[in-house]
Amino acid sequence: MPIYRAHVLVCNGTGCASNHAGAVTGKIKSELERQHLADEVLIVPTGCHGMCEMGPVVVVYPEGTFYCRVTEEDVPKLVEEHLLKGRPLESLMYKGKETVAVPHYRDIPFYGKQNRIALQNCGYINPENIEEYISRDGYVGLARALGGMTPQQVIDEVKKSGLRGRGGGGFPTGTKWSFCASSPGPEKYVICNADEGDPGAFMDRSILEGDPHAVIEGMTIGAYAMGANEGYVYCRAEYPLAIIRLRQAIEKAEEYGLLGENIFNSGFGFNLHIKEGAGAFVCGEETALMASIEGQRGMPRPRPPFPAVSGLWAKPSNINNVETWANVPQILSRGGDWYAAMGTEKSRGTKVFALTGKVRHTGLVEVPMGIRLREIIYDIGGGILNDKEFKAVQIGGPSGGCLTQEHLDTPITYESLPPLGAIMGSGGLVVMDEENCMVDIARFFLEFTQRESCGKCTPCREGTKQMLLLLEKICSGKGEMKDIDLLEELGNMVKNMSLCGLGQTAPNPVLTTLRYFRHEYEAHIREQRCPAGACQALLSFTIKQDACKKCGLCAKNCPVHCIPGSRTEGYVIDAEKCIKCGTCFTKCPFNAVLKG
Amino acid sequence: MNLSAEEMRKKVLEILAPWRDRRGGLIPVLQALQGLMGYVAEPAVRIVSEELKIPMSEIYGVATFYAQFHLTPRGRHVIRVCRGTACHVRGSLKILDAVKEQTGCAENATTEDLQFSLEPVACLGACGLAPVMLVDDQTFGRLTPDGVSAILAQFV
Repeated sequence: MPIYRAHVLVCNGTGCASNHAGAVTGKIKSELERQHLADEVLIVPTGCHGMCEMGPVVVVYPEGTFYCRVTEEDVPKLVEEHLLKGRPLESLMYKGKETVAVPHYRDIPFYGKQNRIALQNCGYINPENIEEYISRDGYVGLARALGGMTPQQVIDEVKKSGLRGRGGGGFPTGTKWSFCASSPGPEKYVICNADEGDPGAFMDRSILEGDPHAVIEGMTIGAYAMGANEGYVYCRAEYPLAIIRLRQAIEKAEEYGLLGENIFNSGFGFNLHIKEGAGAFVCGEETALMASIEGQRGMPRPRPPFPAVSGLWAKPSNINNVETWANVPQILSRGGDWYAAMGTEKSRGTKVFALTGKVRHTGLVEVPMGIRLREIIYDIGGGILNDKEFKAVQIGGPSGGCLTQEHLDTPITYESLPPLGAIMGSGGLVVMDEENCMVDIARFFLEFTQRESCGKCTPCREGTKQMLLLLEKICSGKGEMKDIDLLEELGNMVKNMSLCGLGQTAPNPVLTTLRYFRHEYEAHIREQRCPAGACQALLSFTIKQDACKKCGLCAKNCPVHCIPGSRTEGYVIDAEKCIKCGTCFTKCPFNAVLKG
Repeated sequence: MNLSAEEMRKKVLEILAPWRDRRGGLIPVLQALQGLMGYVAEPAVRIVSEELKIPMSEIYGVATFYAQFHLTPRGRHVIRVCRGTACHVRGSLKILDAVKEQTGCAENATTEDLQFSLEPVACLGACGLAPVMLVDDQTFGRLTPDGVSAILAQFV
């Protein structure tokens, strides 16, 4: 095996790839050749580092120097300075608020509070190279399980770890496995739910793209524990790269005898298949997902019977999501006690959150359970974008709720969120500032859930539709006070009476915004005003005459010519004709157009 | 893709072959058909129905349930504007409007010259780059309404 004096890790996740990481990789390769360094320096295409905002990310080892927003033009200098002359290039390093370059990966505040378990290999290894996974103790957990543990001992180890379903439900994983294991019959299935449909969550995509073997190993361990010999990964079609990486990884694992017949000569065999989703959010619900694998419309069915008794093709089945499976190999290799030592008493271990929205550093963060929102948003995320005022954070996607300033110091666990009206969900955290209207956000989520409702049960199909109509009415300034009560009543009805998780959680964004931001709803109704200035129908634009320099840019750019006036007399917006597009507001160089 | 009836039949039978004695083939078959022709064309579906013994009504039910399947031809370039939460709070509605204005294409429709199809999608999972759109399989992030025309110009 050739030895290299330096490794250049280039992120090839979807985020960085769309920022031309491919071209950067090509340029590094040609520059290394030009400088005669190709034999000394190895380029490693990796999965996601989580800090997508700063992509493309390039990390140079052994120093661990973190370079961000690297362009093709930067490469010659980077190669010459760092790799030829050994002088790390300060101009490309991460700079925090203080604009001081931070040379090392581990010193960047974004990574400081993180504890990467499920993401341990993401951004660190080449996901297309199985040996890199093995060198990071990959397949050790599987070897332990098959090399002397009984299926029951494996389940006990997972129970001991306290791992709970990371897809949102939070059901104890070991217990779920034991249900499936105790169901009789030779034909059973293990399934990986990779239908990550929550807008604003992308941890599963990153794990599949950056560390596919962790999922394969986790599923193989689970299959052994439950006595299944067939497995499916149900992945959404919107993640083409994840599917490619997973397919390659399965082939490699089979080639190495880590998947297929008689693994590790234990007599245990496991075959894994990929099923591509076809674009339906409801397929993230386990019974709907199984219907979709069977080739039917993805509609949920009532439980019981639970999948552990009668699941895929009416056989005992177990579904866990990507992040849950990715935690399993390390629980087996490092022990359940090790995992249980992290987090809180009832919520053990770590959780990956997708931090997005109006925060300075967006990306994936993995933190111990029980961490406070404030630490995630301010210490890791670097605070609110453009130093605006924090208003709310939507946790758990369209099934979750909005939390406010007063919840910033609440520890995040499976237990702490439901009393506040939110859920952990898949771990989406969308941060909102003073310019985001909470009524509009509620309307946005309802629009989504209403569209994705499969239509099988009436409360969800009709209820979400009526709720959406009420929210649209309020956003357009035609709301009445009684609509608020109606919304609340409908929301509770849909929540209590829907068949599956989609409907049961769909009202959460509405009910939480009603609970914490009722004054915004009232402002829309009573004053015909959107306090955040987001609801277009309620906006009005005026020109502040003493700030106006009479340049005429607003009038020139107005698409409906509703700003009469002249360079000498000044300009006035004709509110009757105005279509509230906001062009004048963005074009005015003197901030003389007021929005409100 | 324009195929003669005979060629199409041959291709469809090839796609069906692995699923004749296996369960759960309908969705992968429809995906492969769409990959072949760009949309799920009725003549091809009739062959599937006859060969796999699945009623047309059931296939229609499945094909219309999933957002991925299209029963009419689509544009040469498919624009998917992300309408996920992270993109929404960073102004994706304005991006969508800009795309509509530039292409003259309505949501979930195709331009008459078959150049563009426009589909708002729930989430592309590239939230770190919000707002985001996908043209064919190329991702464009950190978009501004003004920047849209330069991107679309590459696809005309």
